[in-house]
Amino acid sequence: MKLYITEQGAASANTVALDDMILTKNAPTSAGSKMLDGYQGLFDADIIGRLEAAGYTIGGKVNVGEFSIDLLGETSYYGACTNDQGNLTAAVAEVAKSDGVKAVISLDVNGMPRRAAAMAGTVFVKPTYGTVSRYGTIPVACSGETVGVMAKSTADCRQVLGHLVGHDDKDGTSLSDAECAQVKTAAAPIRKVAVLQSMVDAADDATKQRINSVCDTLKAKGVEITAVDDAIYKAASPAWNALMCAELCNNVSRYDGIKFGYRTPNYTNIDELYVNSRTEAFGLLLKTAILYGSDVLSTENYMRVYDKALRIRRVICDAFAALFAQYDAVLLPACSKTAYKSDAVGTYTVMDEALFTAPASISGLPVVVAGGVQLMGKAFSEDSLLTAAAMYE
Amino acid sequence: MKYETVIGLEVHIELATESKIFCSCSAKFGGEQNDHVCPACCGMPGMLPIVNKRVVDLGMTAGMMLNCHINRTTTFDKKSYYYPDLPCSYQTTQWFAPVCVNGAVEIETSKGKKTVRIKQIHMEEDAGKLVHDDWTDTSLVDFNRTSVPLIEIVSQPDLSSAEEVVAYLDRLKTLLRFAKVSECRMEQGSMRCDVNLSIRPEGSDKLGVRTEMKNMNSISAITRAIDYEVARHIDALENGTEELVQETRRWDDIKGKSYAMRNKETAGDYRYFPDPNIMPVVIDDAWYQRICDALPELPELKKQRYITQLGLSEYDAEQLTQSRAFCDCFEEAYAICGAAKEAANWLISDCYNILNKRQQTADQLSISGKALGELIKLVAEDKVSRGNAKKILSAMFEQDLDPLQYATEHGLVVSNDTGAMEETVQRIVAADPKSVADFKSGKEKALMALFGKCMKELKGNCNPQVLREMLLKCIENA
Repeated sequence: MKLYITEQGAASANTVALDDMILTKNAPTSAGSKMLDGYQGLFDADIIGRLEAAGYTIGGKVNVGEFSIDLLGETSYYGACTNDQGNLTAAVAEVAKSDGVKAVISLDVNGMPRRAAAMAGTVFVKPTYGTVSRYGTIPVACSGETVGVMAKSTADCRQVLGHLVGHDDKDGTSLSDAECAQVKTAAAPIRKVAVLQSMVDAADDATKQRINSVCDTLKAKGVEITAVDDAIYKAASPAWNALMCAELCNNVSRYDGIKFGYRTPNYTNIDELYVNSRTEAFGLLLKTAILYGSDVLSTENYMRVYDKALRIRRVICDAFAALFAQYDAVLLPACSKTAYKSDAVGTYTVMDEALFTAPASISGLPVVVAGGVQLMGKAFSEDSLLTAAAMYE
Repeated sequence: MKYETVIGLEVHIELATESKIFCSCSAKFGGEQNDHVCPACCGMPGMLPIVNKRVVDLGMTAGMMLNCHINRTTTFDKKSYYYPDLPCSYQTTQWFAPVCVNGAVEIETSKGKKTVRIKQIHMEEDAGKLVHDDWTDTSLVDFNRTSVPLIEIVSQPDLSSAEEVVAYLDRLKTLLRFAKVSECRMEQGSMRCDVNLSIRPEGSDKLGVRTEMKNMNSISAITRAIDYEVARHIDALENGTEELVQETRRWDDIKGKSYAMRNKETAGDYRYFPDPNIMPVVIDDAWYQRICDALPELPELKKQRYITQLGLSEYDAEQLTQSRAFCDCFEEAYAICGAAKEAANWLISDCYNILNKRQQTADQLSISGKALGELIKLVAEDKVSRGNAKKILSAMFEQDLDPLQYATEHGLVVSNDTGAMEETVQRIVAADPKSVADFKSGKEKALMALFGKCMKELKGNCNPQVLREMLLKCIENA
């Protein structure tokens, strides 16, 4: 069970670890892939400077699945992690739980850190898209992936996140400082929460029980809970899978064996160099995603699939906007199960589990995982979400 | 059967920006291999593209010069293909909403005037360069050129001969150089051209099989390539020498032949999609107006104005308006000296000769119009002789200088010291009785000899009219 790819510095109350999708110039960044095994980036991610300025010590690089698109890191070139019960667990959550680490900064590409927090009982906050710079993160699905914070408590998440948000000129999607500041600003407390009922129905009993217990806690604190019709949000998952795979196939096309990363010794011409390097270095889930993404973007399927996915994204964003006109937050499971036996996970299980994580990924809205469930809010409502989550974490 | 040729052009033009399109690396031509590179233009993961606004400025300028509609919201898209000179294995270009669409330029050939429609102009990044080493049988990549900004000007298939193609390229070159969009230097690759060509029976409205030719780096190569390709197509249709297929062909100018590179079946799907890392560029009214206001007067309008308002000859006006640098210098000089004809002469003959000697083009004119204007004024006011003014002009090509100050420092100012002139004239006349006698016997040339000697003695620093009168008077008395 490999938690760290590289470990550096002594653990302390101010140590923050990074998942292996975040580039640092003093340690390799491998994105959990044989392709980038030992890849040494030339520059630090923007957030490194912000963390150091805030007095944090950068800890090691934490193991993730290949390009962090899988369920819980099980596709990592460095091996999957299991806990004492034989359940699959993600290294980012295990490290966040350990003593001497304040938080783990993790790139939420396809919901992995959210599922990880739900399985391991940690807290994870994925802030509003554009509030934390993606400069220096391994690009996979740029239109939705967001740097988030995993910690033992909502308080630690709030504290570390506060240092990460802010405008960055090096990221063209970065929002203004004024917008980013709202993430840190206390807003009206959450009074009305909508539960996405069909998402709850799609989960197992243990998960339903978690949702119910969170609802009970919130009700006891005077929060109004309403189950809502949520059919539209189920479209987020297939749409997000199409968008993510399309962007992924394009973003990982730079790993061609020519410039950096793995190069096959088995080639006699340029085509073999490309094909064999990628065949030997990429895993099955990633290869499938590349193929699906290429297909989605093909001339034949662009309008039929990719363009439609973009339209669905717009429809879902509009639906959320309408929902948040009535409710302060939305409650839904993070995963269909509370635990996955490591041998019960198939290569494509994550595609199904995206049902729960895709709505926040595709809309760029903030979400807090605590108590094993997701609480989503409107843009810049992180502070309110964390306050509400503190009631049941 | 008679055939007609249908040609559409894709012209790539490197923009004259200081830095690259998505990073701050130098976009200049040349430099040591891999000197102008950073993690972004090498395709390293984690770098994000930030659009160089200057590129959009120049893209809009090009569109306005070619009478295009400017898309006020323009987006960047990714085009995927594998080639070792493309570091990300995708090129960032514009596919869905290019910056300019629906333009037109007028060209003139031996057959008269014709309008060529522009389909679109889009902005994109250039690729790197492969350097092949046959000796070691390896290829190395030079990334200096990756992400250098380009515009691609796509014409409608409105051209029908090599002559028209040349006229069209010439017109683009003139307009874009005038607007300082690009130097448009084919030999340096800052202007490149792909030719889409098909033939059809004359009068037919159905298009034939189209081939695309690449790798032509001079006007003459383009002409040869078109002639070759037309002959090949006709041969294929008439004599069945081969079956024409839609394909991309490479022109080999040394062998004078085109070769198939890839055809439609083997061409990969480019899988275009909007780049999620680049927000749509929105051109607001202020931005649009700023670019409009900075547009240069069109060369032919300038020419007319020079003739009708400034009284220049057709020839002079034509010569000046070949180059934006000449026009700018001329207008600035004229504003100072008020002598249009003089300013034009200095530029067309003297400056042009100096540039020639320096093996520079007109666009590389480096002297300031202000200095030229002041120099002309000095000559007009008889403060500097024409001969000395030429010396000062030469010096102006070496350094930025103030003509009067330079003339003073180097003893090139016309002296008003008639005493010194008188003394010199008398000495020269006294020393050369033969020339004096020759002149008196009617040999006009003898006067010129004496005049020249005096001028030389005085280092040219005298009013030639005054000197001439003084000399005549002295000879008379001798």
